[in-house]
Amino acid sequence: MTFILIAEQILNGIQFGVMLFLMAAGLTLIFGVMGLINLAHGSLYMVGAFAAAAVAGASGSFILAVIAAMAAAAMAGVIVELAVIRRLYARDHLEQVLATFALILVFSEGTRWVFGSFPLFLDIPDYLSGPVTLPAGIQYPLYRLALIIAGLLVAIGLGLFITRTRVGIQIRAGENDREMTAALGVDIAKLYTFVFALGAALAGLAGALVGAIQSVQIGMGEPVLILAFVVIVIGGIGSIKGALVGSLLVGLTDTLGGVFLPEFFKLFADADVATATGSALASMAIYVLMACILIWRPTGLYGART
Amino acid sequence: MHLKSLALATAIGVLATGAMADTKVGMITTLSGGGAGLGLDVRDGFMLAINQSGRDDIEVVIEDDQRKPDIAVQLADKMIQSEKVDVLTGIIWSNLAMAVVPAATAQGKFYLSPNAGPSALAGQGCHPNYFNVAWQNDNLHEAAGAYANTAGLGNSFILAPNYPAGKDALTGYKRFFEGELAGEIYTELGQTDYAAEIAQIRASGADSVFFFLPGGMGISFLKQYADSGVDLPVVGPAFSFDQGILQAVGPAALGVVNTSQWNKDIDNPTNAAFVESFVAEYDRLPSLYASQGYDTAQLLISALEKADVSDQDAFRDALRAADFDSTRGEFAFGSNHHPVQTIYAREVIQEGDVFTNRIIGVALEDHADAYAADCKM
Repeated sequence: MTFILIAEQILNGIQFGVMLFLMAAGLTLIFGVMGLINLAHGSLYMVGAFAAAAVAGASGSFILAVIAAMAAAAMAGVIVELAVIRRLYARDHLEQVLATFALILVFSEGTRWVFGSFPLFLDIPDYLSGPVTLPAGIQYPLYRLALIIAGLLVAIGLGLFITRTRVGIQIRAGENDREMTAALGVDIAKLYTFVFALGAALAGLAGALVGAIQSVQIGMGEPVLILAFVVIVIGGIGSIKGALVGSLLVGLTDTLGGVFLPEFFKLFADADVATATGSALASMAIYVLMACILIWRPTGLYGART
Repeated sequence: MHLKSLALATAIGVLATGAMADTKVGMITTLSGGGAGLGLDVRDGFMLAINQSGRDDIEVVIEDDQRKPDIAVQLADKMIQSEKVDVLTGIIWSNLAMAVVPAATAQGKFYLSPNAGPSALAGQGCHPNYFNVAWQNDNLHEAAGAYANTAGLGNSFILAPNYPAGKDALTGYKRFFEGELAGEIYTELGQTDYAAEIAQIRASGADSVFFFLPGGMGISFLKQYADSGVDLPVVGPAFSFDQGILQAVGPAALGVVNTSQWNKDIDNPTNAAFVESFVAEYDRLPSLYASQGYDTAQLLISALEKADVSDQDAFRDALRAADFDSTRGEFAFGSNHHPVQTIYAREVIQEGDVFTNRIIGVALEDHADAYAADCKM
């Protein structure tokens, strides 16, 4: 267990966390502002990845692909909000879950209808491929480093947007008291559509960025969606800052747990047993983390709601 | 008058069907969700052979199991009880096969497996009515271990998902690989990010990597591995290098050696005709799954030419004889109704715009599985 390995794993954890943040940020805004549980958020991630793969295949440009991913996901978000989600705000959570689960199926089969059943190709652009050597001799893929930077820039931008701009203030106001905000003359319907589109665009961005190193295939969004829900529960529903801290915590716990728990058990057990117990515990680690944080702070780290 | 002639036509129709003794085949396979590519290939290969045979007395009922064991069981019940099928086939995944096959064979149906070959059905759980046309699960991994020996690799880092077929995979590799293991990892099923595992490979001092990560998991792993700067040779079974996913992996897979019982360049007339007609019919290159579907249908047709399904013993003997032209060349069943076959080492190459495989040698000749001795029937 060398320093270089540990450093590399920490970077991996941060990179994973930052990508989770892009998903969780949209989810927490939608949940916080509109009180809506949106299971179809993972489908918007998939829409982004497929749009990116299609545009990259046609144009060869990664930048264009990323822009197209955000645009396509935002557009899908707006359509879904206007056609379906709008009718759900006043309903209870169970009905929201049912309707948005149906949307997952519609998106999955619709994507298969358009793109077929086989995974698509989306690759890292040449100028970001290959490893770079960081100080202290750590070899790390340049693309993952770029993901960390891109994710942190989005986090800062989103933070400034929410705290410093007029729309941001309206969003926070809508979160605290939607009737009063509406009474003050803010067009809540329009604000909701905007927030939904923003969340969708962030999910699309995550799908495109992650799609380049993973496989662009149907159903790719659902595993990420579950983790994103864990993140917003840990961070506190509706809080962007909570989403960032929660994402990094989950990313680091998942990555470091998966590597070091088996090693830890090897200190006092057989290699076989240690690997089995270690990996079993590692897959539980983030849920244990969530449980501990909820015992300590039942509304999450930065959650104000009771 | 009109009604009368309709009734007459129906009566004649019923009589005709009765006289022809149609064989009904139930295909349960994965046609939606993440694993749909495999099921589509098996179905298309199977139907290609049925259509080419020109027989209109074989009726195929196709249903989608969505890769869920409970749905597969429901479909099997429906097919056996209300559709009254004679033969079942189509299942891709071992956990689904375990849920369906024992019950179906116990009810006197034949099951021809075009893919899944769990060890539990090859050893003590074997059944006279169960035939596997593809391979026993361990086979391709055993071949990968054998290939690693001949390639002079002595220190492998091995990884597979934490589920039964993943464990079979690492067991199979270790059964034949004679070198040391630099590390052994079980990843999560459906995992998409392998940065942590790749860092461990980098730190382990291994001279090679063996992995079994079917479908999307393999795409993710290979792309991330190629970008990580670790350049140890990689070996694996064909499941991460089949025709359906190679295009999604892209150049990252070039040069990787993988083991398979089939490839499109196996030199025999049946295979050449199969590849040509598959491309003409579906406008894509066939994968090993498609070849397995095709061979399964060919086996079925060859047995039907000799015996009727209603005569179970004669039909079973006809299946066991495996008297058909396989895309793999020679084809024979072992004592437990699993193939005894040659497994090749293939290399990923690029032909024009298309990524595909080419055979570079034989990994294991006339290879049977390790469980046949436990099968008493």
